[in-house]
Amino acid sequence: MTLTTATPSATEPKAKRRKPKRRRAAHVQDTRVDRIFMIGVYALLTTFLLIILIPLANIVASSFSSPAAVSGGRVFLWPVDFTLIGYEAVLANEAVLTGFANSVFYAVVGTLVSVTLTVMIAYPLSRTELVGRRVLIGGVLFTMLFSGGLIPTYMVVRALGLLDTRWAIILPAAIAAWQVLIAMTFFRSSIPGELYEAAQLDGASDLRFLWSIVLPLSKPLLAVIALMYGIGQWNSYFSALIYLRSEDLYPLQLVLRDILIVNNSGGTNIADQLAAQQMADLMKFSLIVVSTVPVLLVYPFVARHFTKGVMLGSVKG
Amino acid sequence: MTAAVESRAATTVRERRRRTRRRNLRRHWQLYVLLILPVAYFVVFQYIPMANNVIAFKDYNVVAGIWGSPWAGFDHFERFFANPVAWDLIRNTLMLSLYGFLAGFPIPIILALALNEVRARFFKRTVQMVTYAPYFLSTVIVVSMLILIFSPRIGFMSDALGFFGMNSNLLADPDAFRSVYVWSDVWQTAGYSAIIYMAALAGVDPSLYEAARLDGASRLQKIWHVDLPGIAPTVVVVMVLSVGSVMAIGFEKAFLLQNPLNLSTSEIIATYTYKIGLLSADFSLATAVGLFNSVINLILLLAVNTVSKRVTGNGLW
Repeated sequence: MTLTTATPSATEPKAKRRKPKRRRAAHVQDTRVDRIFMIGVYALLTTFLLIILIPLANIVASSFSSPAAVSGGRVFLWPVDFTLIGYEAVLANEAVLTGFANSVFYAVVGTLVSVTLTVMIAYPLSRTELVGRRVLIGGVLFTMLFSGGLIPTYMVVRALGLLDTRWAIILPAAIAAWQVLIAMTFFRSSIPGELYEAAQLDGASDLRFLWSIVLPLSKPLLAVIALMYGIGQWNSYFSALIYLRSEDLYPLQLVLRDILIVNNSGGTNIADQLAAQQMADLMKFSLIVVSTVPVLLVYPFVARHFTKGVMLGSVKG
Repeated sequence: MTAAVESRAATTVRERRRRTRRRNLRRHWQLYVLLILPVAYFVVFQYIPMANNVIAFKDYNVVAGIWGSPWAGFDHFERFFANPVAWDLIRNTLMLSLYGFLAGFPIPIILALALNEVRARFFKRTVQMVTYAPYFLSTVIVVSMLILIFSPRIGFMSDALGFFGMNSNLLADPDAFRSVYVWSDVWQTAGYSAIIYMAALAGVDPSLYEAARLDGASRLQKIWHVDLPGIAPTVVVVMVLSVGSVMAIGFEKAFLLQNPLNLSTSEIIATYTYKIGLLSADFSLATAVGLFNSVINLILLLAVNTVSKRVTGNGLW
């Protein structure tokens, strides 16, 4: 909430202050047509709300229901025969736990690497005295328009000997041009030139200035890009699918794909086939909930900062 | 005589420029040191893959390597187009993204305009928080939810479809694949895509609303004459981006939604490239197909941007 100098947020407080006055004015003004129109607006938005919420509620309700109720298709928006065995089954599944730990590793290390590299390129590019600045920016932006493609990138990863290592997940996706653009725009618009002049008079080097002045002032930016990289890494399965062979390196999403979509629930040797099938059905619902919890935990921060991120990105660089 | 003076002046200018450049390098060497790692990233993981595309014109084999393999001219492209599958792939890719564009483009705008009318803060906040949320679910999770919800045995949606007399096994139906893909995308991203329009609406000059109110404009007229022109530049930019990326439709979701039954509509260029490249190890053909796709995409983006700049005065750059 503190991106004070970015253009869109500068208009925001104004909009807030304006609101009460406008509301009263609107009330006086509202004709019958307008009132019907507003009923339409509320109806539309409520429909939106329900369309988003019902599938989510169904998944959560099912995850807390009994295997028989889930398999019989008897759960809608409220758990039937409330129980936690779905979650017990998920937490007893080793592939899921390994996947979870791997994903935490990829998300944390990947985010650290990505944010560091992004700052390392975005800050120098935000400084107008940099020689060759335009060429470098062009080089970064061009990768948004044209990319090497699947096989040519795979060949590089293979040539570097990164196949089937953790680095294959982290390095090829380390920098996103879009984030560089956001960071560059932020540095250029939010760090006053006077600060740099003052620091220079005090004899601070460029690195010193970046570390002690720019970065502390850029916490909102760092939060935005860290969240975007972190969630991106947590949610991706594609690079794991193409670069990894060993199952003990699999991120959670790939484990989920095997269980939820390819229907590979792992060797269940329960004699009762029906019970096994019902349990497998229930486990899928619980699994969806468990794997989404980390994202939900950061969601309150995310929702706030992402809005800013989108707005930062929309300021043309 | 004068020429000699001029050329001497030119050399001194060049000399001086070179000297300031050298001084700049000495003074800001730290900025250039910062750039080393990120630039290495872009070279290794973005630009070398672009260069590797050369194998689209060669008969690549691992032993001879990229540069040692014999040239093949346009053989691989001809091979691709000689295969009747090629046109199916192109059609599937285009249809899927055009449908996605037609459905996914107006809805976030409508959502943002409707939200902008709402004055009840709690309701507005709730709708915003809930509609953003699905954006943060991973593709694996969204596809799993679709599979569960539309499962004829356990899903509540298949019951609903059956009630309306429709095919209740939607995911196995090739005719339904595009709708499932596109509408679940709308479900997932509409709220998030609306953010950028909300930001644009917050930036509309308040005096325009004042004027509209004095003129006795109804809410609908205000939306038509003030809101829409206010967000027009943003709409154009988003439109250019989405039309320019019709061929760039992602691998992740289509691949997960694929099954043997719906392959006739769900096989797109991205999934085909993956299969012939990594599963059948025909690197050259896969690279040729991928390159064809990226080039078409780049041309489309440039064309749309040029047209949009001509017609509306707004573009990406």
